[in-house]
Amino acid sequence: MIGPGKYFVEGDVAAAYGAIMAGCRFFAGYPITPASEITQAMAELLPKYGGKFLQMEDEIASISAIIGASWAGIKSMTATSGPGFSLMQENIGYAAMTETPIVIIDVQRAGPAIGQATRPAQGDVMQSRFGSHGDYENIVLSPNSVQEMFDLAVKSFNLAERFRVPVILLSDAEVGHMMERLNVPEKVEILERKRAVTFEETTKWGEDLIPPMGRFGDGLELIVTGSTHKPDGTRDTGEPDVQDQLVRRLINKIEKNRNLIEDWEEIDSEDADYLIVSYGASSRPSKGAFMKLRERGLKIGYFRPRVLWPAPEKRLYELSERVKKVFLTEMSLRGYRMEIEKIFPKSVIHIPKVNGKVHSVKEVLSSIEVSI
Amino acid sequence: MSGIITTEYIREKYLRRLPTAFCPGCGDGQILGALIRAIEQLNIPKNEIVTVSGIGCSAWIPSPYLRIDSLHTTHGRPIAFATGVKAANPKLKVIVVTGDGDAVGIGGNHLLHAARTNIGLTVIMVNNAVYAMTGGQVAPTTPHEAKTSTTPYGNPAFNLNVSEVVAAAGASYVARWTTWHINRLIESIKKAMNKKGFSFIEVISQCPTYGGRLLNMDHIEMLHYFRDNFRENADGMFRIGEFVDVEKPELTDELEKLIMKVKS
Ligand code: SF4
Repeated sequence: MIGPGKYFVEGDVAAAYGAIMAGCRFFAGYPITPASEITQAMAELLPKYGGKFLQMEDEIASISAIIGASWAGIKSMTATSGPGFSLMQENIGYAAMTETPIVIIDVQRAGPAIGQATRPAQGDVMQSRFGSHGDYENIVLSPNSVQEMFDLAVKSFNLAERFRVPVILLSDAEVGHMMERLNVPEKVEILERKRAVTFEETTKWGEDLIPPMGRFGDGLELIVTGSTHKPDGTRDTGEPDVQDQLVRRLINKIEKNRNLIEDWEEIDSEDADYLIVSYGASSRPSKGAFMKLRERGLKIGYFRPRVLWPAPEKRLYELSERVKKVFLTEMSLRGYRMEIEKIFPKSVIHIPKVNGKVHSVKEVLSSIEVSI
Repeated sequence: MSGIITTEYIREKYLRRLPTAFCPGCGDGQILGALIRAIEQLNIPKNEIVTVSGIGCSAWIPSPYLRIDSLHTTHGRPIAFATGVKAANPKLKVIVVTGDGDAVGIGGNHLLHAARTNIGLTVIMVNNAVYAMTGGQVAPTTPHEAKTSTTPYGNPAFNLNVSEVVAAAGASYVARWTTWHINRLIESIKKAMNKKGFSFIEVISQCPTYGGRLLNMDHIEMLHYFRDNFRENADGMFRIGEFVDVEKPELTDELEKLIMKVKS
């Protein structure tokens, strides 16, 4: 059992601890590097908590099973990496459409295709938001330490339950495999989904746009479908208004609540002329470079989204008023670039690294030095 | 025992609305009728049942007609979704209604592994030998040389005997019937739902709209064809009856045992 105290574990294991502490009692997964350690940890931990672990025949089956389990009322999770994450995309859209709370951990590795299975990358940032077809909105978190693998795993469940969306904990091979100290608290804050007691309740929502969720087996006679459906769940694929209202609500329940979801770390930005933006493993050397530059007296700030999607747009737009240059450090040629360039259209210096290695502080420093 | 007249009572108890959206003469309506009669005769409370389906005409048998929890999933995946429902709450009777394209074409992997793990699901696979909803294309169950909308010169490939494959994969109960054999089907569904392990029923069914048009038969002629050709002593695809009926350890039971063992 996971008691409170200090541990020295790898990030993947910390994420499994966090999931268990958040109340996850069902895990379905398929082995893949560098996420297998999460799967193994869940196989070992879940039975101790009365939970169920299933190794499925593939990643499509894994995400299918956790959606089914979520409708049976159990907090559920899967973990994977690039190739498996690609296979899961159709059902991520299904979970968004059916408003099913689930958590998916993607421990990113270098792609495309099979790529470098054991090496870290951040090339799934856009996929984690746009990977499934059609218009939908989900939530994506980015941990940069073993402690955050734990903390943000807990948070992923809370956000999934609260907003009834698939939440993706977007880690990478570096953070997943690094060993660091982990503090497990006595208790973590846990949010539960709003539970419907009558069928009627499942068809209505308040200002937050999130209807209470029914549970299979409670006699509510629920209709759950990935087809366009009316608020009561019945399929209606012909009526334009039904599609329009459904899709807008799926987007708006995140859009309109983004101030409750956005989360970032920000240091010394108040007087900053320059800003380093980074996330996940690459934020660590970026922070090192930032500290060195500050020591030298450069007016530079550090900004790290812990929630990548929805992006902390409001705050970044505020910063764009005074910041002259933004340095975006990431292990991808694409990654978060479009988002940051949208907000700082002319002032982004991109510092990507795509050889399967994390930047060194020196590399970040020299890239910044040549451009100021 | 298994009268097939629809009484007002079971119609109201089990169906949200009629008529269904199935084409006139389609076997799917017969199978829906058989399913609700089996449930009624077993006297299982509706809140102990969850139905799961994928994509295709047959997926509409439970969703949205049944007044029972229903999960209408992505194409090919209902068995995988159902696996999660059953594992999360093993007390539920989980019924998957799927088609041949859904269960064997795109979703064959899940079918094999559900049979292998012997998870306690009841899978009713409607086999009309074509992809009907998308316009009558060739399926893994379409006979050799049959003409479909994607085999206009005849099917160059060969069809799979799905029930035999599922039997070989380790299911606890496997049976095949046709829509001519509705009373046998009702009894079989009842038996399957009472099985601990993985139970699989293949129902050879008529799709008058696509299958019928290509064969130049209406639904009555198709039913007569089923009557005249499918027999318990026939061979290959024409064999009907119960192929497997055994008791063996079921997956969610084993999971519960494992939890007890780890906890103690
Ligand atoms: S297309 Fe065929 S299988 Fe589908 S509803 Fe019509 S008759 Fe039935």
